[in-house]
Amino acid sequence: MAFTRILPNLNSTNRDFWTGGAQGELRIMQCQDCKTHIHPPTLVCRHCLSDNVAPHAVSGAGQVDTYVINYQPWAPGMEVPFVVARVALDDAPGVIITSDIIGTPVDDVDIGMKVQVTFLQQEDVWLPLFEKAA
Amino acid sequence: MSIARETYVTGLGLSEVGVRLTRPPLLLTVDAIKEALADAGLTIDQIDGVSTYPGKSQGYTQFSPVGADELIEVLGINAKWYAGGGEVSSQLAALVAAAGAIRLGQARHVICFRTVYEAAALVRPEEYPSRFQPRVDGVQQWFLPFNAFSAANWIGQYAMRHVKKYGMTREQLAQIALTDSANAILNPRAAAITKKQLTMDDYMSSRMISSPFCLYDCDRFTDCSTVLILSAGDALGEVKSTPIRLAGMAGTANRHNWDQEEWVAAYTTGKELWKHTDYTVDDVDTVQLYDGFSFNAVTWLEGLGFCPVGEGSRFIEGGSRIARDGELPLNTNGGQLGAGRQHGFGFAHEAVSQLRGEAGPRQIPNNPKVAVATSGGGPLATALLFAKD
Repeated sequence: MAFTRILPNLNSTNRDFWTGGAQGELRIMQCQDCKTHIHPPTLVCRHCLSDNVAPHAVSGAGQVDTYVINYQPWAPGMEVPFVVARVALDDAPGVIITSDIIGTPVDDVDIGMKVQVTFLQQEDVWLPLFEKAA
Repeated sequence: MSIARETYVTGLGLSEVGVRLTRPPLLLTVDAIKEALADAGLTIDQIDGVSTYPGKSQGYTQFSPVGADELIEVLGINAKWYAGGGEVSSQLAALVAAAGAIRLGQARHVICFRTVYEAAALVRPEEYPSRFQPRVDGVQQWFLPFNAFSAANWIGQYAMRHVKKYGMTREQLAQIALTDSANAILNPRAAAITKKQLTMDDYMSSRMISSPFCLYDCDRFTDCSTVLILSAGDALGEVKSTPIRLAGMAGTANRHNWDQEEWVAAYTTGKELWKHTDYTVDDVDTVQLYDGFSFNAVTWLEGLGFCPVGEGSRFIEGGSRIARDGELPLNTNGGQLGAGRQHGFGFAHEAVSQLRGEAGPRQIPNNPKVAVATSGGGPLATALLFAKD
């Protein structure tokens, strides 16, 4: 059986993050009052405590904050090795997303590498993965 | 603070520590409690409080198969105070809560326990289902869809930052696992986990899990129960053991999620600890530092101020400084890498054993008087200072 990724249960708070990829958008919750980006998405701004928050499409450009090369298959059929990385988004200061770096030999990934979001659809979820920026 | 309101560890208990045990987790817990009661010279009738982490797990029972409610029911404890919860600053926060209750006069003798059954669960999936379901909620959704299933992935990223930013080498990091193994060999309760002392060659040739972590940087699922009895200063006349004072406590979190800019609560907790005691880092004779992954212990050394941030790997280089006969003996029971994933409580248990001078073949020399024990260290962290004074 082909390996399938574990997926999130979608709800009104996280749906934009997980489905924005259908329109090619990485949507990060943002405070409409003080413009702070809030991730993981929630209903209130941790900076000014406003509840005037809404998803906001960012460019999807970022850089590798840090990473690991994962060699252990945690579930049957999981292909290894692959890179798990914390990605810091260029236009969402303070936001870190843990994701995978795909399309690049694992040994070529480094801290500070410029990356760009790409989406992998599985069922009703568009997973934001990252690849080396052109 | 008056002595009456000080808090002391008066009883230590540890069940059989094994892998894939068949003895039910409730009975492992009772085994450890009986040992702790005998150690303290107390009877169950004298216990008036219970504290545990994280309470009985729902849905992933093996992580915590026994809770405070069940224990009070089963043992008929007349509790005047009790608590069991996971929304705290990691495992040893259960001792902080108990000490707080004792200081307020709510209880006199509190059983603090942590029971784990994660190894047994692996071979009994029908009774203990995996936590990995096709769809997930909460914090898990930010990691599992990216195949980042393990804390080896999350914590490994911070270790990688030390590799890249501060030049930490595998040979340096290996000293945590090698030290743990050398100590575990002398610990009879670690026999099921460490059967042969690890060498540098074993370490360097082992398979990688999540770089820079190899197999020996990761703790191992274990089945056991660990108990500490905490007692009030004005109740020490009722106990027969050598009381060890809980001389300082700290637990901090910034945010709970791993996806945050600065993650290492070991750093904030380490600083905070010294605000709650007259002792200083120079007074510490031994450290028992959380090592679910080897690198956790490195961050604790830095966070507690034994060395600057970024210098942890050079601090442990060669291993002599942290050996049993070194200037700062570390994880003298074998830690979690060598003695199994007792999940936090083992560090407090060992700190007290060493200060009592009752650690047997692994006893460190020169009558140690001050010890630090920690749990967690990622987004959540707790540090305890123990003193024989």
